[in-house]
Amino acid sequence: MLSYAIRRFLGAIPTLLVIITLAFFMMRVAPGGPFDGERRLPPEIEANIMAAYDLDKPLYQQYFLYLGRLAQFDLGPSFRTRDFTVTEMIAAGLPVSLRLGLSAIVVALFFGILLGIFAALRQNKAADYSVMTIAMIGITIPTFVTAPLLTLMFGVYGVSLFGLNLSLPVGGWNDGALRNMILPVTVLALPQIAVVARLVRGSMVEVLRSNYVRTARAKGLSSYRVVTRHALRAGLLPLVSYLGPAIAGLATGSLIVEQIFGLPGIGRYFVQGALNRDYTLVLGVVIFYAALIIVLNLIADILYRVLDPRVRYE
Amino acid sequence: MTEPVLSVRDFNVRFSTQDGEIHAVKDANFDVMEGECLGIVGESGSGKSQLFLAATGLLAGNGRTSGSVLYRGQNLIGMPLNQLNRIRGSKITMIFQDPLTSLTPHMRIGEQIIEALRIHTQMGREEANRRAVESLELVRIPEARRRMRQYPHELSGGMRQRVMIAMATACGPDLLIADEPTTALDVTVQAQILDIMRDLRTTLKTSIVLISHDMGVIAAMADRVQVMRHGAFVESGTAEEIFYAPKHPYTRMLLDAMPRIDHPERPGHETLVPLPDRDAKPGLLDVDNVKVHFPIRVDGIIPKYKPLRAVDGVSFTLKEGETLGIVGESGCGKSTLARAVLALLPKTAGTVVWMGRDLSESNKDELRKLRKEFQIVFQDPLASLDPRMTIGQSIAEPLRALEPDLSRTEIRERVREMMEHVGLDPAWINRYPHEFSGGQNQRVGIARAMIVRPKMVVCDEAVSALDVSIQAQIIDLILSLQHTFGMSILFISHNLSVVRQISHRVMVLYLGRIVELADRESIYADPRHPYTRALISAVLIPDPRKERAKPRVALPELPSPMDTRSSLTFLKSKRIDNPDAEQYVPKLIEVTPGHFVAEHDAV
Repeated sequence: MLSYAIRRFLGAIPTLLVIITLAFFMMRVAPGGPFDGERRLPPEIEANIMAAYDLDKPLYQQYFLYLGRLAQFDLGPSFRTRDFTVTEMIAAGLPVSLRLGLSAIVVALFFGILLGIFAALRQNKAADYSVMTIAMIGITIPTFVTAPLLTLMFGVYGVSLFGLNLSLPVGGWNDGALRNMILPVTVLALPQIAVVARLVRGSMVEVLRSNYVRTARAKGLSSYRVVTRHALRAGLLPLVSYLGPAIAGLATGSLIVEQIFGLPGIGRYFVQGALNRDYTLVLGVVIFYAALIIVLNLIADILYRVLDPRVRYE
Repeated sequence: MTEPVLSVRDFNVRFSTQDGEIHAVKDANFDVMEGECLGIVGESGSGKSQLFLAATGLLAGNGRTSGSVLYRGQNLIGMPLNQLNRIRGSKITMIFQDPLTSLTPHMRIGEQIIEALRIHTQMGREEANRRAVESLELVRIPEARRRMRQYPHELSGGMRQRVMIAMATACGPDLLIADEPTTALDVTVQAQILDIMRDLRTTLKTSIVLISHDMGVIAAMADRVQVMRHGAFVESGTAEEIFYAPKHPYTRMLLDAMPRIDHPERPGHETLVPLPDRDAKPGLLDVDNVKVHFPIRVDGIIPKYKPLRAVDGVSFTLKEGETLGIVGESGCGKSTLARAVLALLPKTAGTVVWMGRDLSESNKDELRKLRKEFQIVFQDPLASLDPRMTIGQSIAEPLRALEPDLSRTEIRERVREMMEHVGLDPAWINRYPHEFSGGQNQRVGIARAMIVRPKMVVCDEAVSALDVSIQAQIIDLILSLQHTFGMSILFISHNLSVVRQISHRVMVLYLGRIVELADRESIYADPRHPYTRALISAVLIPDPRKERAKPRVALPELPSPMDTRSSLTFLKSKRIDNPDAEQYVPKLIEVTPGHFVAEHDAV
């Protein structure tokens, strides 16, 4: 297993290199640069700045300089946010995005798996159809619709039930207070619940029809035991492959949700960086994101093996 | 008179489907007596499996039942699930057909047996563990203690079926329902499993219901037999009555259709085209020392490759109009050999000479033209036809590819003519494969192979997936086509009885090598190699007296083909005790003219 992991890591290096190269040159193709402002800088100052950031050198030299620094795990200084390195900015935004994303995934897994199993056990009955219809709606409504709607309901109008005030803050991080997390996490989790429920239902329906589940039932096991011990593991396998990219996506911050709720996560930096042509910041976030996906996919593959002993590392 | 363990009364099973209601079991009435083995025999779709799945509450969601199933006076039908679960798996247990998929893949086999013991008895973990090991030993699983920690995929098919039996017998059941327990297994493994079940019957005094399509299995085991057809019982009686004095025409048909290794010619059926003087016939195919090795990856940071010797030095010749039967257990390389001969698979070494031409020297274009002369028929008739093509298109396809000069009307004429030859109504030319039965689709497969009038046809397990009655018809068809067209056949099968009916000569393969090659009379009357003998003795005869009196030859479990020592399983005296060493290659010795036997230790 260790040798498999090592081989996978080595195999990821060329992938990363391709991503870095593409991102580097695509950023440069975009018109404008980090220091183009409303007012033109005096030429001498601009030349000085360009020289300070090596921007006066030919593009290929800049590329190799960047790679050289990257090999020393240095993502470089931010071009626009003075006195901050990219590493520092990611380190500042990551905890927020990570906490948000992981909470959303945990919530999505809990409800999604539960609903998926529930629907599979009542296949083609009313309960199944209603769960799947709601799931379909959950997938089709984008977050930039659910977020303002929930904000309106719980923030602006302030819903109260049985005399309980259910209004919630509509934005801000507030050091990660639970009340501030509820709305963004819900918005992020809703479509994921739907996707997870559909995945789990699909595979569980198949597993419940399999021969070994019939054997388990013939052994006289209770339905609960048949599901938890014999069916569930195989039923969750497709979910594992989905989770790698899904966690990476959520953890590195949903751009939209972070913008709408005004949360200081990585997503916001990414958008700002791209708009401001903050080359190093954008590249740093892209590389970080790619590395995270690679690592999470590897973990998913190893987890796959743990769940299904038949899978060989190849 | 003993008490019935199970009484089934006026039992019906119906399925509601989109095409209307299917009445799968019609008014079943029977008893299973204490300690007896009741055989339920019938072809696919007769409802025999559904009957017992329904009786134990394992029916699919769209099934409904009526009538009663009494287990020692308690009606299982309509019983609350928690009550039924106390009987299922402890008093009434089941073994299913496919051991590959019937065990939970992510649970260790020991855990799966212990689980059954723990929910049905008051045993603690320790005791359950001990009992599980005992039950594995009872089904003769070597190193039972170590195997407890293995996963199902780490065991062979035969071993898995033994685990199923161990699991089904661990709680000491009253009634064991075995649904086609040996159908998916090789003959030698089948013989072992039946042997184990016979022993368990005497030691545990369990009643057995044995569901099978195979009259041989029934002859080997059953005291009484119920014959089922289209959901209804057509005949019942003791094994003696059913086998020696069958009354119902369907029972007689089932018995007649069974290929028998003790009677090569079946009365009233097509006979083999005589091939009086083999030497006078011109040779078609000359296969010399063909090897096919697959590189298998051995894991490590830098992976290594070891050869898997699927075919390891096979030589034979095939004459015009001759049929060569190739038999062996699964994994012996028979299909790989056929594919290498047809150049569908690259050879590692050796030559294949087709009518004086070395195929390995032919380029792609020449090979394509030659394909007109050798065709292949596959095992699974439905899966080998394109579901989106009409059968007419499927049959015509080789013609279009290999004889591009033909006009549309000529092609259509040829297709219609060939459909008649294979017993298909030419009016069906525009139908699709899913509208046909397995037997009819196999006729399409044969027509597709025969349409270009090949000189040789390879039948790769061409009748193995079919019911016995259909199998008999397809064998007749192949024989009659050989009468008409005189093609040579390479007939690959694991079924020695079928091979006996259809082949002039028979070749026995073991781990990619020939162990014996002779004409069909000598190989069955005078088998010399211990492997051939074991293989022949394992074949079941649909005749209870003969079958039960027959001596049995035990055979070791098929060893790993990755271990070079395995190739000398029958010549241990020359073996070098190193799994990677180059081993001695046994010679083929001509014991009587035309009868070749591989060197082996004295038996």
